[in-house]
Amino acid sequence: MNENTSNHQPPCRPLTPEEIVTRRRFFECLSIGMSAICALIIGLPIVGFILAPLFRKSPGQWISLGKVDDFKIGQTVNVTFADPSPLPWAGITAKTAAWLRRENEETFIAFSVNCTHLGCPVRWLADAELFMCPCHGGVYYKDGSVAAGPPPHPLTRYEMRIENGEVKLKSAPIPITTTV
Amino acid sequence: MKKLVVAVWTWVDDRLGISDLIGPSLKHLVPHDAGWWYVFGSATLVAFIVQVASGVALAFSYVSSSSQAYETLVFITEHAPFGRFLRGLHYFGASAMVLMVGAHMAQTFLFGSYKFPREMNWTTGVLLLGMTLAMGFTGQLLRWDQTAAWSVVVAAEQAGRVPFVGDWLAQFILGGKSIGGATLSRFFAIHVFLVPGCMFAFIALHLWLVLRHGISEPPTPGKRVDRKTYRQEYHDLLQKSGHPFWPDGAWRDFVFGTGLIVAIALLAFFVGPPALDKPPDPSLLDADPRPDWYLLWYFAVLALIPPQWEAYVMILAPAAIGILLLIVPMLHNQGERAASRRPWSIAVVLLSVIMIGSLWIAGARSPWSPNFNAQPLPEKVIGASSGPVFEGGRLFHDKGCLNCHLIQGLGGRRGPDLTFIGNQLTKNDIVIRIVNGGVNMPSFGNSLKPEEIDELVAFLQSRQRTLQAKTP
Repeated sequence: MNENTSNHQPPCRPLTPEEIVTRRRFFECLSIGMSAICALIIGLPIVGFILAPLFRKSPGQWISLGKVDDFKIGQTVNVTFADPSPLPWAGITAKTAAWLRRENEETFIAFSVNCTHLGCPVRWLADAELFMCPCHGGVYYKDGSVAAGPPPHPLTRYEMRIENGEVKLKSAPIPITTTV
Repeated sequence: MKKLVVAVWTWVDDRLGISDLIGPSLKHLVPHDAGWWYVFGSATLVAFIVQVASGVALAFSYVSSSSQAYETLVFITEHAPFGRFLRGLHYFGASAMVLMVGAHMAQTFLFGSYKFPREMNWTTGVLLLGMTLAMGFTGQLLRWDQTAAWSVVVAAEQAGRVPFVGDWLAQFILGGKSIGGATLSRFFAIHVFLVPGCMFAFIALHLWLVLRHGISEPPTPGKRVDRKTYRQEYHDLLQKSGHPFWPDGAWRDFVFGTGLIVAIALLAFFVGPPALDKPPDPSLLDADPRPDWYLLWYFAVLALIPPQWEAYVMILAPAAIGILLLIVPMLHNQGERAASRRPWSIAVVLLSVIMIGSLWIAGARSPWSPNFNAQPLPEKVIGASSGPVFEGGRLFHDKGCLNCHLIQGLGGRRGPDLTFIGNQLTKNDIVIRIVNGGVNMPSFGNSLKPEEIDELVAFLQSRQRTLQAKTP
């Protein structure tokens, strides 16, 4: 049985030099392979740790800005509030602000303070009824639309609602103007 | 005593091999006529050493926490012994490094030293330039005050313009969706570990390449670089007239480097570090973020480019300049080295200096920014103490016109100077401009009452040469 089987095998072909895995070549591959595994074991958690903030969810939370009657119709005021989920060591950097405008009895608009050009904080000039940006001269009307300068978009608006007589704003990330 | 010192040194040197390690480097031959033009590279290294030393010292007290960094900076500046001086040293050291790396690059370019076989010397140098600017920017952010916090937002917004991955990059810079606890510590890691680590590696590589290919000889008009013969010609030149780097070539580096350190120290002592702005509270909106002087020219670019080109200029232009600089030696690495035979090289350097200088001046003046500190016009300037002209003058301030327009040197520079607008526009033209707005001017038709428009027009019509000449 064994003899018959071995009789039918093709004759052995001598291996070419490329096909021969020498002891030295094996050690080379082993060392490089082990190094790559080490790099992965150490590197993947490092990359994951550094990039983690990008994947941290920050669902918008409704934040009370005050009673409806605290705000006069036609006025735009600066409101400050805290980041709803700050890291414990954020300190004062957890504070943020918005420009809140009461349009009528029931309508409030809250604008992001960030200029849509490059994110600088816009200021409200009450008598002129204009928002102006100190960095590159962007100007917006009281409804947030662009009046002059380089801003590509109107001021970003927050989601708003009135609940139990309180004006509430839904927190949102810093608006980033993107191209594509 | 001297014998003992020599014996100890001989023992230490034998066991550590210090002379064997650095001796050949110190004694390598350099062209005898490599004079003062060649000191900028070593001066950049000197400035880097100042940065490392002062940076390590500052790190003994600096706390890279978003909530505490500002307080530690106040402590370093106002209470810690030598703290103010060290901060000044670090600031002016950074400025010196940017200046020296620029001078080194210009000299290398004008001397054609980037040509064969020193292409990679140039390329590693360009990468070091990029790292130097990255250190400058991240260093400004570690000065964790109001300007720094808003500068992070500006950087994130710029990164946001990168196609497809912009939003992702912006979040990477912010350390999340907004400024917070994660923002400062990642810039600290980048500024203190990541970029300096890369710089140490690339400086070592750069120096190794200087040793490998030798310091380029001053160019001679008519003497061309030929890949086939250059190495042999250079070798023959050194054998014939070269002298050892130490001390024959190095003394100038030491003299210039010492002068640089003395200048940095004097500026740190007498001028001091940049003042801290308000605390980094993102809810304080009276901020006016500006980059440090070495990036002020780019601040001007961002204000002056037409909006429709902005996305391209903001991202593609720096990328294109970087790539162009990196491949300079690949484009042209043979032939003439002397600047007199390469007039375009002089033009490139001059144009770069003029362009960056002009943008720097524009950035420092930033006439495009509204003047938020404009005070009401005095009666003397208005030219009336009551009536429509007076009321118009008051409205000109209250309605924000003065934030952007000049009247007799008072106000902003964003819009045209209106000191003599009464001579230039008719009443109807003025009304149309106010009501409808114009290029880069808001429309005031919806925010001004008819009588207010009349008063403003009366005031603007009174802005005439003849009328003002009569005003006492």
